[in-house]
Amino acid sequence: MPYALCFLLFVIGLYCAVVKKNMVKIVIGILIMEYATNLFLIMLGYRTGGIAPIVGKADVAGFEAQVSEMFVNSCVDPLPQALVLTAIVISLGSLALMISICIRTYERYGTFDITQIRRLKG
Amino acid sequence: MKGMTIIVKTISSWVKVLIFLFGIYIILFGHLTPGGGFAGGVILASSYVLVMLAFGREFVEKNLSLPVASKLDCVGALLFILIAILGLVFGGVFFVNFLYQKYLPGQALNLISAGTIPLSNIAIGLKVGASLFLVIFVLSTFKGAPSAEKGVWDSSRFSRNSKIDPEVTETDSLGKEE
Amino acid sequence: MLVFYIFLLFIIIAAIIAVETDNLLSSVICVGAIGFGGSLMFLFLRAPDIAITQIVVEVLGLIILIRATIARDLTFISGQREFFATIVSVTILLVIFLAGILVFQTLPDFGMPIFAVSTDAASQTYIREGLKATGAANLVSSVILDFRAYDTLGEATVLFTAIIGATVILRKKTKKLLEE
Repeated sequence: MPYALCFLLFVIGLYCAVVKKNMVKIVIGILIMEYATNLFLIMLGYRTGGIAPIVGKADVAGFEAQVSEMFVNSCVDPLPQALVLTAIVISLGSLALMISICIRTYERYGTFDITQIRRLKG
Repeated sequence: MKGMTIIVKTISSWVKVLIFLFGIYIILFGHLTPGGGFAGGVILASSYVLVMLAFGREFVEKNLSLPVASKLDCVGALLFILIAILGLVFGGVFFVNFLYQKYLPGQALNLISAGTIPLSNIAIGLKVGASLFLVIFVLSTFKGAPSAEKGVWDSSRFSRNSKIDPEVTETDSLGKEE
Repeated sequence: MLVFYIFLLFIIIAAIIAVETDNLLSSVICVGAIGFGGSLMFLFLRAPDIAITQIVVEVLGLIILIRATIARDLTFISGQREFFATIVSVTILLVIFLAGILVFQTLPDFGMPIFAVSTDAASQTYIREGLKATGAANLVSSVILDFRAYDTLGEATVLFTAIIGATVILRKKTKKLLEE
């Protein structure tokens, strides 16, 4: 079942974000979770034997810009694709923010290990 | 940040124009073929990132400096909101596609069609491209060498007499020191 | 359908390597492989818009990640692994996984979505009336910029805020300390 494999990818990302001690590995775990979510949403809208949601010249019937019945019966869902499109670009923005925090922490503490950045001094 | 070898510089100075043109094509034809504002904006940003990786940071800073990129980002966002407010003024509802419904319907499947959708695509493409170029430029400026001893937060660097930040040492395009 | 299983297997193997390896450069390269496999899979799921966006975002994401990880001393994580905490978290994740499998039985089958059988779903309106109501041939563009333009406004705001946050964090000198 493809949904189960996609959820397995999500759980792998969750394991990496929870168990690992290296800060960059945690960021990679969050990134894998975002990939899995986008993949799952697109898989929800798939129709077997479907065509992409782009109207071509052969799909327009008549002069008044009305799509043909065959296009309506075999088009995949355009709504999850619209949601995922913005989600992918937002994931890039949040990756930049996380990596800038990691670099700043490395400059102050000298390490990426989260168990060693706990001591404060004076 | 210094650049790469002469072969990389030559090839990238030819290729960067093609990538930029491809990005503009993806933005402009976003209502007819797959693509749209987001993918086109990221492609525009990546053409500038290619030049930054191949030629060094100072070369790009002469062309498109940090304040200019930040202003382009704001201009893109404001243009998007302006199109929405014009929909309120001319059409009566916020964000309505007033060009398609009242003034300029155009013909379906042509370049001039779908009203304000190509204009919104251009605004979004400008905004996303400028933003991503800005963040990668700022990431490459910051060297981030560890200056404290390992694992200890040194709060004396915030006091008035101490030096604030370590010197920026020169790195090549991927972060290795010279 | 076989093609989907092959791609998903490739993605899962790349994810397991990215999580378990000690060398951070290998991790980053495997994340690139995950993104590339995902983009190919979007192409086979009939979503060309998403495939283009995913591949270019993947390339820029790799540049950002490599900038953070190369030439820094980080591949040696000291300290003993805490076995008890690891076993508890793995058990909880296994329970979550099994619960998810049970929930997925209630979803419609893969390849036969809900909007194909019921006529009052939103996507039916978008497909039938999309070309006539907005004039755009790309239905995904008509959804994100005409039917659901508020979501695009929200996305522009979130991206703006994230980039401003990243720029502020990486600032070199603050103004107050420069005045003295």
